[in-house]
Amino acid sequence: MPTYFEKKQLVLPGELLAEGDYLPGENTYLEENKIYAQRIGLVDLDNKRVNMVALRAFYVPKVGDIVIGTVTEVGFNGWTVNIKSPYTAMLRASDVLSRPFKPQNDELSTVLNAGDLIVAKIATYDRAHDPQLTVGEPGLGKITRGQILNVVPTKIPRVIGRKGSMISMIKQETNCQIILGLNGIVLVTGKTLEDEELAINVIKKIEQESHTSGLTDRITQMLKENKVNVEEP
Amino acid sequence: MNDKPIKLIDKKGIRLDGRKADELRPLKLQVGVLSNADGSAYIEHGKNKILAAAFGPREMHPKHLALADRMVLRCRYHMAPFSVQERKSPAPSRREVELSKVIREALEPALFLELYPRTGVDVFIEVLQADGGTRCASITAAALAIADAGVPMRDLVVACAAGKVDDKVVLDLHDEEDKLGAADVPVAYMPSLDAITLLQMDGILTPNEFQQAVEIAMSGCKKIYEMQKEALKTKYMVVKDIEEKEEEEVEE
Repeated sequence: MPTYFEKKQLVLPGELLAEGDYLPGENTYLEENKIYAQRIGLVDLDNKRVNMVALRAFYVPKVGDIVIGTVTEVGFNGWTVNIKSPYTAMLRASDVLSRPFKPQNDELSTVLNAGDLIVAKIATYDRAHDPQLTVGEPGLGKITRGQILNVVPTKIPRVIGRKGSMISMIKQETNCQIILGLNGIVLVTGKTLEDEELAINVIKKIEQESHTSGLTDRITQMLKENKVNVEEP
Repeated sequence: MNDKPIKLIDKKGIRLDGRKADELRPLKLQVGVLSNADGSAYIEHGKNKILAAAFGPREMHPKHLALADRMVLRCRYHMAPFSVQERKSPAPSRREVELSKVIREALEPALFLELYPRTGVDVFIEVLQADGGTRCASITAAALAIADAGVPMRDLVVACAAGKVDDKVVLDLHDEEDKLGAADVPVAYMPSLDAITLLQMDGILTPNEFQQAVEIAMSGCKKIYEMQKEALKTKYMVVKDIEEKEEEEVEE
């Protein structure tokens, strides 16, 4: 029952990763008792599970995920939302308006128009149906200020860190509000432009170096250095 | 065709372009050459120059082509008007339509089509310069483009041809050998799964010769596979190098 990789090794689709008593994790597949890679990425062994962080991937919706999307079309009873996924999401008008919705009375484009960005949660999704979004929870809805940043969706867990350690540190040190859309879109809202820029640079750095060790320390250092710089003048 | 038959292989067993019977043409592979495509690759296989771009998975357009239970792979193989000696009309010819289908079917087994129903992956293959064996080079490049786009794959697909020239089974035919030779056997192959995804034959071979042709084509595929992996790795290693430089700067 050998494994054929070193920790955090770069592997390519079709590369044999392990044989025998192992479980296929993310971005890997099992065939005839052998585990192969599905994508370009970095492998890791977690107990008996062979896991892989993909370097190139797209977002596949999952019920309960918080995502950030762009309204692309205003329809008769809802909006279509681009969530950077193979599937376009729908947001129903009755979900946004708290009162009963009548197409003749309400002009939907006054509530959300094409081009607006929203934070939403995936309410329903399965193989046969496109995802439905909901904004009926605190913190969800139209985005009015802040900056948007795109990252590879599989890197989002690294930005969050273990039990949210990384993201809470960034939030605290930069005084920014950060919403991580699991589809790889990040919203950063801070009091000043400098704060926002620092947070964005930090997240970009995490995305690029997600596979290197000692990242948390370097990020801590980066945050501290920049803080000093801001305070000096 | 010429009245006087040309000697395609000389007495020493050297072919017209100076190769031995089991030698590949020089290969150059590059990944991520186009920034507007989700994934892309460029291949120079001898005098062949081919670009491949992949998009998706994305919503199918037109929508009625989407399938409820699986992803759809679409391929377009196209030869540029300047890719051959006599200008080729840019409209898709019978041959291009056929090759598009053949390439699609060679790539399909490598994808997890059932994973993303109602979506589509598009692959565009543009032959800039042709010199025999473009379908094989196209498959090799297209597989890289799909992997670069982040679409899950069982394995990279590699393709290589073998054939019979002057009564000898040789690897990787170029244009003249293809036209004047006796047979051409293109093979597409997934090396780590040891599975053939495309096998064609044009011409006449004895069962023995056929077997020999398939075997040397597969050995050629394995050599190209290594180069293919190298090309993919280089792209993602460059990403790593930039990071290391940045790290040094941070430390300074």
